[in-house]
Amino acid sequence: MPYTPHKPPLAETTEQLRARIPGWGADLDPQDRPSTPKLDLREDLTGAHWEFPERQPESRPRERSLEHAFLTPVFGTAQPTRGLSGAIRKVAYERYSEARAAHWLLLIAADRVDAVEAHVGSLARLRPDNPVTETGVQAELTHRGLSSRLGRKRADVHHQALDPFLVAGPFIAAAGAAVAARSLIRGAGRD
Amino acid sequence: MRAMTYRGPYKVRVEDKDLPSIEHPNDAIVRVTMGAICGSDLHLYHGLMPDTRVGHTFGHEFIGVVHEVGGSVRNLQVGDRVMVPFNIFCGSCFYCARGLYSNCHNVNANATAVGAIYGYSHTAGGYDGGQAEYVRVPFADVGPVLIPEWMDDEDAVMLTDALPTGYFGAQLGDIAEGDTVLVFGAGPVGLFAAKSAWLMGAGRVVVVDHLDYRLDKAREFAHAETFNFVEYDDIVVEMKKQTDHLGFDVAIDAVGAEADGNLLMHVTSAKLKMQGGSPVALNWAIDSVRKGATISVMGAYGPLFSAVKFGDAVNKGLTLRMNQCPVKRQWPRLFEHVQSGYLKPSDIITHRIPLEHIAEGYHLFSAKLDGCIKPLILPSAA
Repeated sequence: MPYTPHKPPLAETTEQLRARIPGWGADLDPQDRPSTPKLDLREDLTGAHWEFPERQPESRPRERSLEHAFLTPVFGTAQPTRGLSGAIRKVAYERYSEARAAHWLLLIAADRVDAVEAHVGSLARLRPDNPVTETGVQAELTHRGLSSRLGRKRADVHHQALDPFLVAGPFIAAAGAAVAARSLIRGAGRD
Repeated sequence: MRAMTYRGPYKVRVEDKDLPSIEHPNDAIVRVTMGAICGSDLHLYHGLMPDTRVGHTFGHEFIGVVHEVGGSVRNLQVGDRVMVPFNIFCGSCFYCARGLYSNCHNVNANATAVGAIYGYSHTAGGYDGGQAEYVRVPFADVGPVLIPEWMDDEDAVMLTDALPTGYFGAQLGDIAEGDTVLVFGAGPVGLFAAKSAWLMGAGRVVVVDHLDYRLDKAREFAHAETFNFVEYDDIVVEMKKQTDHLGFDVAIDAVGAEADGNLLMHVTSAKLKMQGGSPVALNWAIDSVRKGATISVMGAYGPLFSAVKFGDAVNKGLTLRMNQCPVKRQWPRLFEHVQSGYLKPSDIITHRIPLEHIAEGYHLFSAKLDGCIKPLILPSAA
């Protein structure tokens, strides 16, 4: 009880725990745990044979956090910025540090724009996104979708009904964008 | 090559992509022989992590065979079987030089607050990941190690993130002999954290979740007592009762950004992306421990703010410890535990899914179907 000096007794003694649980107490001594002592300087640099790495060539302008002094010597080159989502991302990186909510909110907004751009693009490239295969919803039939949920005490079944709307959102937005673009083009053609 | 690609929230597909190339003299290209989906990949899959770009290939848990090396690589050769930590790190920056590989400052141009992680959005560096046939591995002399001859491939995959992170969770709890330890989340990290707590001398280990099949696993695999929070009007009050109203000595949040248990918190974060993460498990941890306790946060959260109960944490004098796990630093001790049989990480694997069917894999893991705890991904070229 916290109202009196002593901790509540444990149900099992150390000897009982050691007998029941394989490895009990193997790392009881903190010295046996990794990274002890903390923050010791590792002279071998874990295999690095440099104090500052050679720089990876920057073949195209690479966005970076304002909180960095310079572009890191190594960086990822996957999915360079492009389109409207890319423009939003560039603003997020060029104007706002990681400390600003605007930085992250713009990046999240760009992610949603990116998904709409991708769906419109997939129609244009005649390889439309397939909401059935890409959501993997077939697993509901092959991996006990119903019995995994029915009669179970699961907290997540209450909000899983929202998921189809999150999936459909970009498709609806993409369809709206396509219709709007078509109207604009037709309108321009009549002028 | 074939690679999983992200198409927007809840949508992924497998596409043909160009083979990755050497972009830096210390790069290697690794042919992936086995990978896994991590619970934190679900945050990307659900569109929760800012700057997750369409076309991105996820996957930070993988092993493989070295296919090509850059000009300055000394420690690896083509044909070597390697396990690759989920952290990308240089080995020489201020942080790496002190063993904080997950905080490397030389690899993530997009953010200073987080190191770089394979296939984990541009917020984590913009590197494609290992749910593909091939992957670029920067700093090949620093991160990967040869898979020991005695180690199973499935154990090796689990050592690239899930087991070290779970063990690290227990380690950050600063567990002393006889401590009562409360673990929120019975997913892979929670199971490994619970198991590791015993190695550090815990006197009692309790796991809380809402999925009975995972709680069954926590009892069987991690020898833990379990509680399904759905069965209790207020799980915090139950945890107080369980400790004679003192509270636990240590709590570990192994849930992170999409915690259930409070519909408002879950929907505003996981669905509407208005918070960096749903702090339900973290708030329960804060309220379930005794004053002066330690809370270890292993769950992944996004960079936006979350409604965490800091007032209670302050008034209770809590120590909050957290970080991404510096995987390679954990390996020597964990290799010993796997070899001695104290830890058998592959015991939690429930599904083995061909890369071509990864969309179903994501769905069944996300929707918690078919008793899924840990799905492996098997590339076709493996």
